[in-house]
Parts: sequence; structure tokens; C-alpha cells
Amino acid sequence: MRHLIDILELSTAEIDGLIAKADDIIANPGQYAHKCDGKILATLFFEPSTRTRLSFESAMLRLGGQVLGFSEAASSSAAKGESVADTARTVSCYSDIIAMRHPKEGAPLVASMHATVPVINAGDGGHNHPTQTLTDLLTIHREKGRLNDLTVGFCGDLKFGRTVHSLISALSRYTGIKIVLVAPEELKLPSYVRQNVLEKNNIPYTQTTDLESVMPELDILYMTRVQRERFFNEEDYLRLKDSYILTPEKLESAKKDLCILHPLPRVNEISVAVDSDPRACYFKQVDCGRYIRMALIMKLLEVE
Amino acid sequence: MVIDAIKNGIVIDHITAGKAMELYRILGLGKLDCTVAILKNVVSAKHGRKDIIKIDQIMELDWDVIGYVDPNITVNIIKDGVRVEKRQLKLPETITNVIRCKNPRCITSVEQELPHVFRLTNRDTHEYRCLYCETKAN
Repeated sequence: MRHLIDILELSTAEIDGLIAKADDIIANPGQYAHKCDGKILATLFFEPSTRTRLSFESAMLRLGGQVLGFSEAASSSAAKGESVADTARTVSCYSDIIAMRHPKEGAPLVASMHATVPVINAGDGGHNHPTQTLTDLLTIHREKGRLNDLTVGFCGDLKFGRTVHSLISALSRYTGIKIVLVAPEELKLPSYVRQNVLEKNNIPYTQTTDLESVMPELDILYMTRVQRERFFNEEDYLRLKDSYILTPEKLESAKKDLCILHPLPRVNEISVAVDSDPRACYFKQVDCGRYIRMALIMKLLEVE
Repeated sequence: MVIDAIKNGIVIDHITAGKAMELYRILGLGKLDCTVAILKNVVSAKHGRKDIIKIDQIMELDWDVIGYVDPNITVNIIKDGVRVEKRQLKLPETITNVIRCKNPRCITSVEQELPHVFRLTNRDTHEYRCLYCETKAN
């Protein structure tokens, strides 16, 4: 039995396999409509989420399975003080696979140590979010046809942005990757990610505070939201939240085949005027999320 | 200064100068009824200065804790006045409930029963990170 807590638990061959499976599901959805008949997915969401929870539930329903769970801690026994370990043991009795989101970092790992069914980390605080990374990789692969030889810009909150850390880790295992980091001083990529991922894997990278100056180089632009929930201090949040706002004017110097991604939800960091630009791929990304989760659920349930 | 030789006990030698009290505290040596001698800033031909702890009884030691505090330590077990075991320590791969994770976002901050586990992530820099949230140990 396998879990997915951190994207690096999957080899690049396994990631490539999941992408190929997702592509096949997109091309032939009817062939997968009953792959998980009789199986139950439990979605244990201890903090709010629209996309991730509904994407998991939609994925399981499209595979013919069923779903149960809760969407906030207040409606679970966590409100009575139940531990993550006990919740995992209990829910294992009711389901075949668990997707867990939790505001505390490491909670899905704890669940995986006690569950008797596979556990998928659906986001733990500012730490990991491996299925978002799989979503990002599938989207990039579908838009660019490859995961090698790309210059990838990350813009916004690179400090607390878990999707950024995970995607950088995943891309660092492919060849010909260049990383461009665009963030205000207070939200720069943590040194341990730079040292343990980029420098350790000899990935060339540059850091800047000026998005427009690096725009012409980019094949991928990954925008992020400055997340209010990651700050202990409201003043810091208010000061930094509008650091970067992507507009059509800023895209004038960008490549014609730039691919703009965002893990969503956005607040105002991408102007709605950009939505109609063919380079805006963030809603395609949402769609990719369901397909890659279908492929992942099948893999962890060992369904062929 | 003369400290009597141990007949049955443990000599923790080659402790980096200044670390003996930290080891004394972490190993809980203050709870022992036997004689415990702490020698600080002992002149050493090899290390310049070092600390030594002598424990006048044989007891179980947590090798991982000692290795974490100082991997250069040597532990000698003495029986009937003769050294019967000499152990060189090294940095352990994991340490449990030796240090606590200080990340307020870590699951260990709210679940009191969870063991605080840290993994060795860089042997050269002695870097340990929390098993759950990967925050670096201070």
C-alpha cells in the first residue's frame, strides 16, 4: 500500500506514467467510468477548499466510485479534540482511500502512519500539496508537450507558497530547467529550498523583484496569491498583498507561447483582463486537476 | 585537580569544551544517586580543550542523544577498573523526543502525544529537520 504525502515520493517515471494515464482519460473518458465501482473516497478537509475537495470528489465520481467526508474541522470529531491518528484509523474502516487537507504541517503524514488505506496529502499548511504539483505538471506537459528545456518563472509569495516549493522540487529532476524567482524581499524563496533543491541539483536560477525585466525569457509564468492565512500579522499581509499584479500591459514583452499558470484561487494578482489572453492557462489547469487525480486514485488503489 | 579513577562506571570523553552541561541535562544525569563528575576545559593534546563526564555506575545510555549533542564523543565503559568497551559515536539518522519542533504550524504544536522526531538531512552541516513539517532544528 502506498500513500502520497510529498511529490518526491513519486519517481519521474511514475509522474510520466500518471501524465500519460491522465492524457488517456481525457481522450477516452468512457473507458474509465467504472474503474472504481464500489470504492469509496473519504475527503477529510480540516480547512476550507473549493477546488481541491471538489476536484477529488469529482475525480472519484467520474471513476464510478463514491465519496464521503467533511469540509471543515468544526463538523468533524476534531472539534471534540480527536487526534489525527484516531481520525485516520476510524475513517479507514469506512473508506478505501483518504484525501486529507489540514492546516497543520505534517498532519497527512501522521494520518498515513495510522491509516490502513492509502492517504493522499491534499495540502498541509504551507508545507506540501503534491496533487497540485501533479496538476501543474500535467498542464505544462499538455501545453508545451514536454517537461524538459523550460524557463519557468515563479512570481509572488515564494516563501509560504507550498505549490511553488513542490513544483520547483519536481521540475528539478528534469533536464534543461531554468528557474526565475520574482518576489518581494520578505517573500523570497526560503534558503533551504534554494540550497537543498536548486543548488544541490545544479539548476540555474535567478532572483529579482522586477517581473517585467524577466518576462521575455519565460516559457512558463507561475503566479501565486499572497495568502492571508499564512501570516500571523495582518499588517504584513496588507503591505505585501498587492506586490505583483499581472496585466495585459505587462504581458506585451512576453513570448507568444507563454503559459500562465496559477494554483487558484486568485484575488487580484491576475487582472481579469488577462483571462481572455490565449496564454492564460489557469482554468485549463483546474480541469487538468481532476484528470490527474483520477489517474492518481487509480494508481493508489491499484486499479488497472 | 585529581578526580578518582572509576572502578565500575562510564567515562564520556572528548566532549567539545562547553557542551558537558548540555549533555548532563539531556541525559538526565541530575537524577542519579551516584557520583557524577563534570570536568570542564580539560587540557587535551588532540583537541586543545575538552569536557569529560564520569559516572560512578554502569547505566543504559541513549547513544543517539549523545551522538546528536556531539558526534566526536568517545564513551568508555569501565568494569572492575578495566575498560571493557570503547564506543565512538556518530550523528544518528533520527532523534526522538530530544528536541522539540518550534514551528507553530507543525502538527506537533497541537497534538501533544506525538513524538518529536527529527531526521538528519545534511551530515556535513549537522542539519536536522522535523519529520512532519521539515522545519530546521535550532
